[in-house]
Formats: sequence, C-alpha cells, structure tokens
Amino acid sequence: MPIWEFLQTYWPLLLNGTLITCAQFLLASVIAIACALAAGLGKLSGNWLIRGAAVIYIEIFRGTSLLVQLYWIFFVLPLFGLTLPSFIAGFLSVGLNVGSYGAEIVRGAIQSVPKGQWEAGYAISMSPAKRMRRIILPQALALMLPPWGNLLIELLKGTALVSLISVADLMFQAKQINASTFLSAQAFGTALVVYYILARFLITPFMRWLERSMARRLGRA
Amino acid sequence: MDMSAYPLELPADDRPMVRFMNVVKSYGRLVVLDQLNLDIAEGEMVTVIGPSGSGKTTVLRMLMTLETINGGVIYIDGKPLTHMERNGVLVPADERHIRKMRASIGMCFQHFNLFPHMTALQNCMEGPVQVLGLSKAEARARSEELLTLVGMIDKKDQHPSRLSGGQQQRVAIARALAMRPKVMLFDEVTSALDPEVIGEVTNVIRKLVAEHNLTMLMVTHQMGFARDISDRICFFYRGKIEEQGPPAALFGNPQKERTKQFLSAVKEAD
Ligand SMILES: Nc1ncnc2c1ncn2[C@@H]1O[C@H](COP(=O)(O)OP(=O)(O)O)[C@@H](O)[C@H]1O
Ligand SMILES: [Mg+2]
Repeated sequence: MPIWEFLQTYWPLLLNGTLITCAQFLLASVIAIACALAAGLGKLSGNWLIRGAAVIYIEIFRGTSLLVQLYWIFFVLPLFGLTLPSFIAGFLSVGLNVGSYGAEIVRGAIQSVPKGQWEAGYAISMSPAKRMRRIILPQALALMLPPWGNLLIELLKGTALVSLISVADLMFQAKQINASTFLSAQAFGTALVVYYILARFLITPFMRWLERSMARRLGRA
Repeated sequence: MDMSAYPLELPADDRPMVRFMNVVKSYGRLVVLDQLNLDIAEGEMVTVIGPSGSGKTTVLRMLMTLETINGGVIYIDGKPLTHMERNGVLVPADERHIRKMRASIGMCFQHFNLFPHMTALQNCMEGPVQVLGLSKAEARARSEELLTLVGMIDKKDQHPSRLSGGQQQRVAIARALAMRPKVMLFDEVTSALDPEVIGEVTNVIRKLVAEHNLTMLMVTHQMGFARDISDRICFFYRGKIEEQGPPAALFGNPQKERTKQFLSAVKEAD
C-alpha cells in the first residue's frame, strides 16, 4: 500500500496516538522538572535527611532501567495496594526517571552561578532560601536550559515505552496497525517521522525561544 | 583567651562602631590574621593598605561575616557580631543572629557582583523589599534617591550588562547604601576599572565621606585617594597592623622600615 493511501486510511488512529504521546510528554515533563528541582536542590541542602532522600531518589531512578521502573510502577505497586491507571503509571515513570537525570543538571547549574553572586546576596542579608529563589535560581535557569533541551528530547523518545503497558500512544497505535495489516514499513516509518517532527520542530524551537527570552531577561540580548 | 574575658556588650563610654578584639583567622595551618585589634569610631573613614596577601580582604570579609573567625570577637556598635550570648557567656553566633547583625554592614566588591537579571533600580530595591520588608514604593523612592546620589539615575532601567565597569560599581554602591548600613566596606572597588573611569567611583566615595556620617573601612591601592579622604591609614603586613596613623603622618613620615619600603615601591610603580 502506498504511504499516501496508508495515511488516508489510518490517520485518525495515528493522530489519536500522537495526541496521547503529546499528553504523556507534557505530563512527564512537569513531573521531571519538579523532581529535578526538588532533588537538585535537595542534594545541596545542609540537612542530611533531605540530602539523603535526594541521593536515594537519584541513584534508584538513574541507576536502573526505565522499562523496569515502568513495570514496577504498573505491575508491582498494585501488590502493595497502590493501583495506578496505565496512563498515569506511564507518565509518572518517565517523569521520575528523567527527573533523576535532570537533578544533576539543576545541581550543576546552581553550582555554576559565580561565587560573587552568592556573596552579593549574602551581603544584603538575604536568607539562604530567598537568595536561592531570587538570585541564584534565575541565573541557574539560564545555564540549565541547553542541557534540558536535550533531556526533554530523550524524554519524548522515552514515552514510547508506555505502549508496553497499553497506553494508546503513537507507538501503541503503530504496533496495532502493524499487527492487523503487516504494513510494518508504513506504520513504524510514520511513527519515526512523527517523533522526529515533534522533537525537531516543536521541542527544539520552543527551547531556543526560552533560551532567547531568558537571555533577554539577563539583559544579554 | 577565655571567652568569659570578652564582654557581652561594650560599655557606653567605650563603644566604637567596630571593634576587632584579638581576632584570629587561619586557613588550615596558614594563619592569615594573628590577634588583630582594631577599633573604628563612628563616622570614621579607615583605609587599609599593604602588600598583596597581607590579609586586607580577609579583614573586610570577616566583618561582612563572609568568613568565620578562629579566635577573638568582633563587635559592631557595641554588640557582638561573631558571637551571641548564651547563659551569660559568648558562644559562636548562629545563622539568625549573624543575619540580623550583618544587616548593619554593607559591602562593595572588586567585581561589583550586580545581579545580572535585574535592572540597576531593581538591584537597589531587592534588599529593601525582600529583606527589610519595605513597600515597593518606599524602596523605589529610596533607590532612586541613591541612584541620583551616585549619578546613575539616567540608567536606572538598564541591566548591568549594558553598563560600563564604573557605572556598575556606582550602582553597586547604591545597592549597598539602600540597606542603610552603619558600616560600609569597600574592597579595591576601583581595581577592576579602566583608568579613565576610576574617578567617577572615587568621586562617589568622596561625596559619601563629605556629606554622610557613615563609618567606612576601605582597601585601596590608590594612595593619593586614600590620603585625601581617610581619617586614618592602617598599613598591614603579614596579617598584622605594622603601622597606623593619620594620612599626613603615615604617608609623610612613616616610622617603620616596612612601611617606608612599601610606600616607595608603590610610588615607583605609579
Ligand atoms: N579561601 C582561602 N583559602 C586559603 N587561603 C586563603 C583564602 N583566602 C585568602 N587566603 C590567604 O590569606 C592571605 C590573605 O589574603 P587576602 O586577605 O586576600 O590578602 P590581600 O587582600 O591583602 O591581598 C593570603 O595568603 C591568601 O592566600
Ligand atoms: Mg585583596
């Protein structure tokens, strides 16, 4: 079947899958960013309990495979009484996993803010929390945007795994179409192109735009 | 020295704005300041000079509490800065005590350290709003007045990256003054500047000396400027005050051999 005909027949399923993929991407991104901030800051905390919790989170989620984490959250947690719908288990796993990588980006960026900025905040008597929020984080944010751009593309690709717990994302639809039609090249080829378009023409330009607007806020544009 | 030998508060008749009492500072085994005793009276302008590595910056950073001290006590306006009272004796101060006390000290750095994501005006308003709890309107009025004082009101909406070094340093002075400190510290504030803009910063400091009753402690390599505006010059050598006195005496008739050597070396370099 020519690709044109294939798309005419299957576009509703593929579009549906793409929307689910986008939703998984957005929700997982929110989780990842929140976890990365919490764990990145936590790792720099003076309180050893907080620091310990951050290290444990980062070690567990960075040190083991995303697929195993996904299966744990979807298949094993119910044995402990916590049953999550596959849609939620999906973006939660991806978000927690990527957040553990993001935590190192956050920590690194915070530590790269020049010492003089910390001292200037200190010299006007700011409390550590306020200095972090008002002086350090805004500058760290600008430093961490480029690595976050890469990480979010990894996150998008990572969402394909949620099809394995039957979340009806783009990958899931492609597999379904393949199973019923054996049009492997068309089904997976389309998926490939859509993932590429999402990464290259949505995420990357968006991150570039964020970087530019951040540079403007720092008066550098 | 036993901690009980240090008064919880200085008596009213012997209460300089700043007192270093037997202050020791070391980094590991390197003793940077050994038993420093230095008083600065209210409204006095004291300038610290001395060779590189003699501990000048360290003195200022200890007063700003950017460095902890390893012995002795520093008092500000009669009250302990580095310590606080517990059960009738002084113990090392906790974070809250230090934060409260250091609000009366302002510092300007060699490299300005303005907040790059804020305009000149926002830099000045940050402390008053976020730390002192002033309303935006009050903080703005105060900041604009100070930016006028330092001659930067025209550029109040510019980010630091759009300002020259001299302009950034003047904003940094306004930012420190906006906290209404009792003591101002200047650490080589002209060292990172191009020669042609040094004057715009020193003129601001001259104006402060002439028109305001601030207590100031300054480190500088500009001997002419120091001589003009200081009430007293302290010559530091290897972490000790080798010689101190009024500028006319110290520059005109130094007593110690090391002071003479340093001053003639500086003159030659000029
Ligand atoms: N953070 C530090 N760690 C170790 N040694 C330091 C540190 N800061 C300063 N010193 C040392 O303390 C001495 C005095 O330094 P400083 O006060 O900066 O001198 P100055 O300002 O007079 O040039 C120098 O020998 C310097 O190497
Ligand atoms: Mg120095």
